[in-house]
Amino acid sequence: MNHDSHGYWQATLGLLTKVLIIWFLVSFGAGILFADALNGIHLGGYPLGFWFAQQGSIYIFIVLIFYYAKKMGDIDRKFDVHED
Amino acid sequence: MDLQSTIYLVVGLSFALYIGIAIWARAGTTSEFYVAGGGVNPVMNGMATAADWMSAASFISMAGLISNMGYGGGLFLMGWTGGYVLLAMLLAPYLRKFGKFTVPQFIGDRFYSKSASTVAVLCLLTASITYIIGQMTGVGVAFSRFLGVSSDVGIYVGMGIVFLYAVFGGMKGITYTQVAQYIVLIFAYTIPAIFISLQLTGNPIPQLGLGSDLVGHDVSLLSKLDSVVTDLGFGKYTTSLPGSKLNMFVYTMSLMIGTAGLPHVIMRFFTVPKVSDARLSAGWALIFIAILYTTAPAVAAMAKTNLIRTVTPGVVMKDSNPFAADASIEYEKRPDWMKRWEKTGLLKFEDKNGDGRIQYYNDKTKNADVLKKAGEAGWKGNELSVNADIIVLANPEIALLPDWVIALVAAGGLAAALSTAAGLLMAISSAVSHDLIKGVFNPGISEKGELLAGKISMAVAIVVSGWLGLNPPGFAAGTVALAFGIAASSLFPAIMMGIFSKKMNKEGAMAGMLSGLFVTLFYVFAHKGLFFIKGTEYLDLIGGPNSFFGITPEAFGAIGALVNFAVAFLVDKVTKEPPEHIQAMVEAVRIPRGSKAVDGAH
Repeated sequence: MNHDSHGYWQATLGLLTKVLIIWFLVSFGAGILFADALNGIHLGGYPLGFWFAQQGSIYIFIVLIFYYAKKMGDIDRKFDVHED
Repeated sequence: MDLQSTIYLVVGLSFALYIGIAIWARAGTTSEFYVAGGGVNPVMNGMATAADWMSAASFISMAGLISNMGYGGGLFLMGWTGGYVLLAMLLAPYLRKFGKFTVPQFIGDRFYSKSASTVAVLCLLTASITYIIGQMTGVGVAFSRFLGVSSDVGIYVGMGIVFLYAVFGGMKGITYTQVAQYIVLIFAYTIPAIFISLQLTGNPIPQLGLGSDLVGHDVSLLSKLDSVVTDLGFGKYTTSLPGSKLNMFVYTMSLMIGTAGLPHVIMRFFTVPKVSDARLSAGWALIFIAILYTTAPAVAAMAKTNLIRTVTPGVVMKDSNPFAADASIEYEKRPDWMKRWEKTGLLKFEDKNGDGRIQYYNDKTKNADVLKKAGEAGWKGNELSVNADIIVLANPEIALLPDWVIALVAAGGLAAALSTAAGLLMAISSAVSHDLIKGVFNPGISEKGELLAGKISMAVAIVVSGWLGLNPPGFAAGTVALAFGIAASSLFPAIMMGIFSKKMNKEGAMAGMLSGLFVTLFYVFAHKGLFFIKGTEYLDLIGGPNSFFGITPEAFGAIGALVNFAVAFLVDKVTKEPPEHIQAMVEAVRIPRGSKAVDGAH
């Protein structure tokens, strides 16, 4: 194998870290740790911290997976390791 | 047509559909039995994964628990969806590239040892059987209402049907059956929610309804609910915590990594054609799951509202005082749905103060004001106990929706319970027949013998879990959470280290899995009894309930996972590196190119 496997893996890990930070911030951050503070803000009839815990984090998780899948596809092609 | 006949009709039609599909797609070879030849597209696979995933715990039990827990119930919502992000990024694509079809096979090959694979089988069986106990509890609730019998009889009937169902088709049958089941269960969940959201808020979309104002009021549903439940001595709905913030944090973490470590979910990602499809499949699965999971909090809050409206009419909509003399309804005038659920033994009324009316409040509250008012009104304790597991099934009845909606929910509940039980039984049977018997004890076993061993292990698993399900360690969702904790503490760290650390060796992985599993089971069994057998709890030994920083046993998996990682790294440091070819294999697994269709041979 003469691919730049080290570079490929670094790029993958970079993307993973980025996604995991957002994953953590919306659920454990906004939904749990800072929920009380955010509850002072309202989104319609929802207190914001409550919204993140019971609605918002789920929507963001979906976006994260599709974003990851797309970016990974780009990385695969850049390092020429994609499937045909 | 009366309600009961409508239920029989709708449930009967849905079953005819599933069985029809199962027969049509009956599995031939072993490989088809387990993974449907690796040819299922990501959207279909996502839908089947969603059906597989959304079990009795999600469908029947979860909203009921959220209804009781309020804000803290969000831990189920975040935990059981956030895990998919981990699954999509950390495990699914690499396991798909690896190209074997069971988790113990991966562990055995990556850690170059049959003992490692046997340890993985042990972890898998413990997690899956615990999971099925939770399912059986849910199956019992669903069948007891469906047939109008006690929940014990419901479990016996459910055991029989689950067995027939799982043995009939293999994974291929199950994949297409599960697409059908998904469709049934998602309609069954959302249609009543839409009706109820319309009734209470005038908004047909439950996700928006939950954030809207009550019909005819300029106060939001949630803030009204907050004040009504606080008046009755319950915790404030939008902020009440499950024990502590720390407990909510580790509980959520436990469910997330457990999701990514549960074998029956991981197996799903072996069935897609390509590595890139494995990533996308997780996304599609989560979309289909999210439809139910974002509806659940609305169902929960609205069911709570409707329950209070039933027992004390006027309190929610007309702001009347719940403690007034004629505020609570008379038992003799209770609605029919209460009578129907009383038959199952899951809803009980006990007239403690002999006034012939139903008082529903939290008599254990620390709010002196509430206790004083209750005392002055002549209340002698809460008189209505509603099992959390009936909330979803009873929900359309509580809201007085048409019969066909009630029947549809019954069909959905049964679909949810059966589909997941079937998926788990597949994971158990492949672990026993393929990984244990063929892989370790008798490599020369014929294909026929392997299939037979698989079916026998399914039967044993059903009997054991059904028996334990008669005296379950908790509500369906709580028991299932224990299973997630077990998977989180044992399998997830091992799989992850197998992919992300080239140097992790067999000694480290095995020591990690065993210590994670042991620590978690030790803490869980202290609360729930040895092997979940009632009466064998040993809480004194660990210093009382939740003695580890107030963490509940359901939440302990995250701690077990930490122990697993720590032990694995320590042992890895003092033992020798994995051989060259294993390190090269890890390199190869990380790169999508060259993925092949899965095959079972070694």
